[in-house]
Amino acid sequence: MADVPSDAPEHCPGTSSVEAGKTSACQGCPNQRICASGAARTPDPAIEEIKQKMASVKHKILVLSGKGGVGKSTFSAQLVYGLASDTSTEVALLDVDICGPSIPKMMGLEGEQVVDYSLCSLFQYVEDNLAVMSIGFLLSSPDDAVIWRGPKKNGMIKQFLRDVDWGELDYLIVDTPPGTSDEHLSVVQYLSGAGVDGAIIITTPQELSLQDVRKEIGFCRKVKLPIIGVVENMSGFVCPKCKNTSQIFPPTTGGAEKMCSDMQLPLLGQVPLDPRIGKSCDEGRSFLSLEAESPAAAAFSSIIQSEFMCNQTVL
Amino acid sequence: MERSDEKGNLAQVRHVVLVLSGKGGVGKSTLTTELALALRHAGKKVGILDVDLCGPSIPRMLCVGRQDVHQCDAGWVPVYTDAQKSLALMSIGFLLENPDDAVVWRGPKKTALIGQFVSDVAWGELDFLLVDTPPGTSDEHLAVVENLRKHKVDGAILVTTPQAVSTGDVRREITFCKKTGLRILGIVENMSGFVCPHCSECSNIFSKGGGEELAKLSGSPFLGCIPLDPQLSTSVEEGKDFIQAFPESATFSAISHIAQAVLANIAAA
Repeated sequence: MADVPSDAPEHCPGTSSVEAGKTSACQGCPNQRICASGAARTPDPAIEEIKQKMASVKHKILVLSGKGGVGKSTFSAQLVYGLASDTSTEVALLDVDICGPSIPKMMGLEGEQVVDYSLCSLFQYVEDNLAVMSIGFLLSSPDDAVIWRGPKKNGMIKQFLRDVDWGELDYLIVDTPPGTSDEHLSVVQYLSGAGVDGAIIITTPQELSLQDVRKEIGFCRKVKLPIIGVVENMSGFVCPKCKNTSQIFPPTTGGAEKMCSDMQLPLLGQVPLDPRIGKSCDEGRSFLSLEAESPAAAAFSSIIQSEFMCNQTVL
Repeated sequence: MERSDEKGNLAQVRHVVLVLSGKGGVGKSTLTTELALALRHAGKKVGILDVDLCGPSIPRMLCVGRQDVHQCDAGWVPVYTDAQKSLALMSIGFLLENPDDAVVWRGPKKTALIGQFVSDVAWGELDFLLVDTPPGTSDEHLAVVENLRKHKVDGAILVTTPQAVSTGDVRREITFCKKTGLRILGIVENMSGFVCPHCSECSNIFSKGGGEELAKLSGSPFLGCIPLDPQLSTSVEEGKDFIQAFPESATFSAISHIAQAVLANIAAA
């Protein structure tokens, strides 16, 4: 049965939900008895199909954060630029932030011509060995909004994963929106057959960020998604004039370092604030390449080198 | 006796304002909190409805920790920050057993709770109800707009940082507002420059001017800029009243200006 059947009421929880048939929205639905009995909750065949399609993808990594605006997409972009700097490494970046797709702009692909509206058009190449996929490529105007409820977003994500020829890839990096909702559940569910190596969690030093990130860590543990580690972004700002450091987002409760210690997670690195990062992202250029000598680029590179490029990688 | 909830729990709420952004982390919750405090200092009775179910920030920002939510005849009693009941809140943060518990819900469940939050909280008499939202244009936003249809919504304030990556998302939020018939009260550019406390050099960490350009491009009012200010960050972290603590600061001046502009736009409608 489709996850949300065509004869389902407006707030159908989905036939594969543990609440199928049991919510107030289910009252009066023709499928209620079947759902409540659990018979509809069979594994989605797409999971096996995606497993087959992903057989040639060596590593799949999610970039997550409970909090918005901490630099998930920025990190994802620098990560794939860094990985793809070795031209023998095949890399793809999948952007599942359906409502706020930032990746096309950050990768210098905004305004790319969409040849047709097939899924193949959603693949755009930055380099021969670096491909990007985002719903952003389907939007013909920068003002186009994707005003979709959960089930429709889930359907798009399923199509991204199942209906695309991913080919031989060393790394598939998945950039996500903030939160612990449809997009996250769908990515984890649909990749459950193919297997995800793990998640990198991004935070800033403040407690307001960490309190959301702890929830994301809880989500990962609940769905049994391994956590590769945590990156603390916007970690201090060095004034270009007087060279003093200011904590613009103060770590009032010990920052990521204390959180990682408390939750027994690796702190992969701390990246300082640098106006050139935002500028590079706005211009769609690789900050890692443009400002290789900067402390922030060194921090990004160190994380990428230590986690992905050494033989003793956790992957 | 006529039941006050015959017209709904919003019957005595004079103004409803949504705080939106297509982009995460631009300061929606911070702005909602500071606007609420500014309005309260101006003698208004204010409520905040926090519909960010996955990342509810408002309880911490207003130093309202673990609170039980009680029921009355009209529905849920909001949590008040003070004995005078000048600032009322409702957030999923109050309904969680453990504040670190993740709310891992799909759209339909979020939609259902937001419907309850809009209809079943006994706000009583309020001058302003501010609705803080998560980033995006999805279930939560549609739920809020649809459930508020019976009640007059004054409009939405859109928050952005100056960078193109942020304004790019906020342009989509503007489209959402137009499609759903939500009036745009104006655009705020947050994190607009950082003045080094040591040497007073101004650094545009997240670029500059994007919010004002977006306002011009979309024909929306530009409400003002708020600078990056570690004292503001610390205040919201610790749930302290920034308005009371730093009334001489440039940031306070910026927030006041924005509050005045919002009041003027609402009055002009």
